Amino acid sequence: MKRPFLVFTVLSLLLAFSVPALADSHCMDELGCVEVGPDEPIVIASILAMSGPASFYGADSLGGVELAILGRDGMLLGRDVEVVEEDSHCAAEGGQAAAQRVAADETIVGVIGTTCSGAAQGAMPIISEAGMLMISSSNTSPSLTNDNADEGGTYYPGYFRTAHNDLFQGAMGARFAVEVLKVGAVATVHDGDPYTEGLAVVMANVFAGLTGEVVFQGAVSKGDTDMSAILTEIAASGPDLVYLPVFTPESEFLVSQAANTPGLEDVRMMTADGSFNADFAPNIGAAAAGVLMTGPHVAGDAYQEFLAMWAEEQPGGTDTPPSGFHAHAYDATNLLLDAVEAVAEEMDDGTLIIGRQALRDAMAAVEDYAGLTGSLTCQEDSPYAGDCATGTALAIFELGEAQVNEGAWPPPIVWDLSMSMAGDE
Amino acid sequence: MFKWKTDEFSWVDFTIDVLRVLIVLAVVVGAWNTLSSGRITLAQWVNLFAAGLSQGSIYALIALGYTLVYGILLMINFAHGEVFMAGAFSTVFLAEALNRTGFLNDQPLLAILLMIMFAGLVSMTVAILLERVAYRPLRGSPRLVPLITAIGASFFLQYAFRGLYGSGFKAYPQVQILQGAISIGGINIPIVQIFVFCSALLLMLCLYWLVERTRIGKAMRAVSENKEVARLMGIDIDFVIMFTFGVGGFLAGSAGVINGVFRPQGVNFFMGFIPGIKAFTAAVLGGIGNIPGAMLGGLFLGVIEAIGPNLVLAGLGIPGANQLKDVIAFTMLVLVLIFRPQGILGERLSEKKA
Repeated sequence: MKRPFLVFTVLSLLLAFSVPALADSHCMDELGCVEVGPDEPIVIASILAMSGPASFYGADSLGGVELAILGRDGMLLGRDVEVVEEDSHCAAEGGQAAAQRVAADETIVGVIGTTCSGAAQGAMPIISEAGMLMISSSNTSPSLTNDNADEGGTYYPGYFRTAHNDLFQGAMGARFAVEVLKVGAVATVHDGDPYTEGLAVVMANVFAGLTGEVVFQGAVSKGDTDMSAILTEIAASGPDLVYLPVFTPESEFLVSQAANTPGLEDVRMMTADGSFNADFAPNIGAAAAGVLMTGPHVAGDAYQEFLAMWAEEQPGGTDTPPSGFHAHAYDATNLLLDAVEAVAEEMDDGTLIIGRQALRDAMAAVEDYAGLTGSLTCQEDSPYAGDCATGTALAIFELGEAQVNEGAWPPPIVWDLSMSMAGDE
Repeated sequence: MFKWKTDEFSWVDFTIDVLRVLIVLAVVVGAWNTLSSGRITLAQWVNLFAAGLSQGSIYALIALGYTLVYGILLMINFAHGEVFMAGAFSTVFLAEALNRTGFLNDQPLLAILLMIMFAGLVSMTVAILLERVAYRPLRGSPRLVPLITAIGASFFLQYAFRGLYGSGFKAYPQVQILQGAISIGGINIPIVQIFVFCSALLLMLCLYWLVERTRIGKAMRAVSENKEVARLMGIDIDFVIMFTFGVGGFLAGSAGVINGVFRPQGVNFFMGFIPGIKAFTAAVLGGIGNIPGAMLGGLFLGVIEAIGPNLVLAGLGIPGANQLKDVIAFTMLVLVLIFRPQGILGERLSEKKA
């Protein structure tokens, strides 16, 4: 009984000392390295919501990941690329469990994920500790790229995202209001959801910082149908613009009832991506004409090619992407694979050595990368630490008669950040 | 009931008196502050009042269903909000079809009448089936039993309709003729609100006529008075109860369409929950079991909800007053239960009924 145990102990001690010694001989990276043998594949992981109500977001992003790999014929540095799929269930516990499984696998170079911001908060402490990096295609919560715990920040080194930080969208609405609409007073309305509240607060803060006056900050409750009380309060405060980044149908009730509220008949309304869908204008009718919306704007020839490829390959079995983050996932995967390509060193025996800190540095150094979602530049400073999206894939749209009567979609773009920059120069 | 001797001091009476004074004080101070600040114009007050009246008439139509059933069976049909949803949700598809063919805007009144008939029939069917399947087998069991069944039936109906039509939000199409407003003394009142109020009033008058002037109405009143004696007089109790559920269902379904004309958006399987609770509050407010009481309670609740937050709460400096609309509605319910348990028009229930 005792002898096998002794042999086992000695052997494991030998192994424990010899492996780092071996690794050290090649790896100069402070976080350690991934070694990929000559015939082994390069492995990345996805931690996405694959089950539950948010699963269509996960399927959407996973399709982007698969197409990015297919776009390279499934190969990187002469090796196959393999994806380990984990399910985050769109929850902190799910993200944590998935991250533990990923962190235990030393062959994984990086992670694409998570779908939901909550899951990222569960996953990032473990992913960061393991020295890995994670790029999200759909987390938008500002806290994830903020390292100030007093402001609720939960940034961990190794976190990146190609999705837009909510700070962008709110700020964009505020800049448009000041630079183009030239309004002096704004009212904001949210619906108690942390997402919409965040947008409303950011919009109000940026607007106030740009010499505007925030005359009303309020909220409706989800499920409200009668908005006359809040609309009367808003009218009494005398805004030039009402910013309501709330979800449908509350936004529809607000816009349609505002048309009948004395004092608000001619006040402009601006909504955000929570209402950004083709049914919004027809559901409201004539009152929707002239409503402004901030929302994602992914376009261009490269994107059309991507859609054609999706229709052909049908990842997840659908002809078209089920949601709006596939292009972000495609860009995220390409950034990860490019970073691996840039830092991998090939030994004489054909083994690849990929430094984990070097990978993070390569990601952080990304500048003016031409992705499907516009120009990507990864930032390093809080509150944007790890934010790679620059806001070029966001735009402001204006609803018109064609949206109301014919349901034409998407509505025409009236402004994007490039126009703002042109104005600055 | 036991009556307190007048010369004996009672803490209960004292607390209620203090509460009474505090509430009156809060309402007066709040209203005074708001009105003296002049923050809200006359046109806006009228607008709030008119919107409240329209919302209230929809509450009233639903509340009638609660009150009719309570009057006869002494049970609260908590699935009644779902009966409203059934009509409103089903008719949205008819409304879309009528809009596509152009009929809705060519013959708006005829189209709305058609929609009301359709929604009424759907809701009526649901209400009658509900009574037959969920309540009739339990008639005569303790009063808590049908109450629990009602809650179960409510969930069943919600998810049955979700399975049928999906979980997305739908919206009624716009009726062009009802857009715009008419000006009375320089104050604009949207036509749609006038339409909603008038059609609800018309339906209530029809109900009043039905109950007071027809044979079946007489039978309903007789069953409500005393089931056993009514049976001895040769009244088919089961039919009268079924008929009552049907009438309540029809009113709820037509309320669904009127609601769809007034607030076109947000039609989904869960839309009956809040109006159901509000209408129940309205029925209790007016005096449950009392038909004019339900009408009055509904209108009263709608107006209080619309005006209360801006008049009283904003005047007291409470932030986010508009979000406390439901607080006002349910505080009214608590106050009525404390100060006038029988409701505004209700009579004290006899020992046997209570």
